[in-house]
Amino acid sequence: MTPMPQQLLRHPVLWLALAGLAFPLIAGEFWVGTVAARVLIIGTMALSLTFLTSSAGLVSFAQAGVAGVAGYTLALLSPNITGVGMAVPWPLAVGAALVMGTLAGLLVGWVSVRSSGIYLLMITLAMSVSLFYLVSQNTEIFNGFDGINGLKPPELFGMDLRAPIPFYGMALAAAVLSAAAVMHLDRTPFGLQLHALRNAPRRVAALGFSTTLLRIAAFGIAGLIASVGGVLNTWFSGQMSPGAVDVHAAVNLLVVAVLGGIRHPLGAFLGAAAFVLLENYAASVIDRERFNLVIGAVFIVIVLFAKDGLIGLIQQLRAQIKPAWTGVCAKSGRKAV
Amino acid sequence: MSTPPILAVREASISFGAVRAVNGVSLALAPGERHALLGTNGAGKTTLFNAISGEVPLTSGGIAFKGSDISRLRPHQRARLGIGRTFQTSLTFADRSVEDNLRVAVMGRRGPRFGLRPWGAYRPQVEAARVSAARFGLDEVLAQPVGTLSYGQQRELEIAMALAGEPELLLMDEPAAGMSPQGRGRLVEILRGLPRSITMLFVEHDMDVALSLADRITVMRDGAVVAAGTPSDIRANPLVRELYLGGKH
Ligand SMILES: Nc1ncnc2c1ncn2[C@@H]1O[C@H](COP(=O)(O)OP(=O)(O)OP(=O)(O)O)[C@@H](O)[C@H]1O
Ligand SMILES: [Mg+2]
Repeated sequence: MTPMPQQLLRHPVLWLALAGLAFPLIAGEFWVGTVAARVLIIGTMALSLTFLTSSAGLVSFAQAGVAGVAGYTLALLSPNITGVGMAVPWPLAVGAALVMGTLAGLLVGWVSVRSSGIYLLMITLAMSVSLFYLVSQNTEIFNGFDGINGLKPPELFGMDLRAPIPFYGMALAAAVLSAAAVMHLDRTPFGLQLHALRNAPRRVAALGFSTTLLRIAAFGIAGLIASVGGVLNTWFSGQMSPGAVDVHAAVNLLVVAVLGGIRHPLGAFLGAAAFVLLENYAASVIDRERFNLVIGAVFIVIVLFAKDGLIGLIQQLRAQIKPAWTGVCAKSGRKAV
Repeated sequence: MSTPPILAVREASISFGAVRAVNGVSLALAPGERHALLGTNGAGKTTLFNAISGEVPLTSGGIAFKGSDISRLRPHQRARLGIGRTFQTSLTFADRSVEDNLRVAVMGRRGPRFGLRPWGAYRPQVEAARVSAARFGLDEVLAQPVGTLSYGQQRELEIAMALAGEPELLLMDEPAAGMSPQGRGRLVEILRGLPRSITMLFVEHDMDVALSLADRITVMRDGAVVAAGTPSDIRANPLVRELYLGGKH
């Protein structure tokens, strides 16, 4: 067996955590509190899709919607300037948001349990669109198109969680925990059962597993991860409106997940980083309106030439550098890692 | 038969639209029996298997396991009652190791079915997977992805996976199909060596394999049973001779 420290060093989530902790040392407040925090939030939401695909071979257009269910729950249970809902202590509001989002995930899994491939995409898209129409047309509870405004993260031990560094810290903790959870699941019986389900569902059933329950459970876990992103997103933008659950939001999450590499948990965060950077820079170089064109083009290039996304490209690079690195180590008498 | 049957199929019919794949088949297996199902291509053998394991609903008729009706149960519920099966074309988790495949197989019946702790917390299951690999000499390729195994090993893994759940009734759909003569010999030895606490129903085109393993044989054609009896009955049956020995009259 490999000694613990070495194993830890190879753990990708550790790299996410280290890079995340180092970032505020080299970057200013705007980059930390606005850009990087957003990357972590979008990455966490996209991670819910990456988890579904990499573990069970499932796809979903409903993850933005599920995150939105958590976001709306939080908004309705928090003090807001729109004057809807009912404010409760914030730990309760967050807990309720996570529970509702997880339930929404389970519901998506239950409704779509007999569908796969393109039909699964369509049925989850349909659910996502239904949610959009529900919240945008209902003014009594959800305040329609204007949504719910003036939301703020709480203060914790006298620290304003909306200040750039604390908020970033919270987003980083959520992202690292979510990614670690996904990596952990892959090494458990449940993770193996999901892999099996994707490989040969008939066999899985013949062995005594309810394929229905396995699938719904996978959607439930994905729902919980999306909800974590949804809660942070609501605090980040200070409001919750139908725009967070429209078709655009649904497509964006899929683009982020595929761009980064849908087979690896860290892909979601790489994809989110590329997405947010492109969004910021495309807007300054060309028209803001043209952003979709740029992201679309990048998306097509990645899909055509790098099947495993950005993380796949990095893995290929590492595979090419490794022999050279081993050579250098041999010369200098060090042990290669 | 004095002992009550462990499996009783009563007047089972299965239609796919206008195609009547199985037509009024009755079948009873005594506990511990080795029962071979023979028949020409398209006779309905696999369809009958799928009905017993719960993948295909009966159009009419009934299926009882250990005296209780199971014809409305879902496949995983029947598996948990003790019905294991293999598939005509291998259905394994190809990109995973032999060990992983067997771990899943072990957990199907005894759990944990949603285990969320690391593997270290499930020593008995991990051990059981190794033991079931050893039975087929698969312990040497434990870490290999199943896709890289030889055809014969993949067929053996099929059976090892079905046995890992410690079934009381084992359904095997052409277990020896496509195997080399040595492979067949080995397989027959392994199956012979299994305890009589396991009842077996198997489809086999190879007469030698079927006759050397079975206590009783049922022959199907066009969805219906055309002959049933002991191996010597079947050997002497003129219709079977016609079907299997090239239509000598
Ligand atoms: N899902 C299905 N839909 C429609 N027809 C089916 C289906 N499954 C089987 N059949 C038909 O039912 C009949 C019996 O098929 P089955 O596979 O049970 O035969 P078999 O005895 O196992 O044959 P083989 O020896 O070739 O494996 C065939 O005519 C087949 O085409
Ligand atoms: Mg068949």
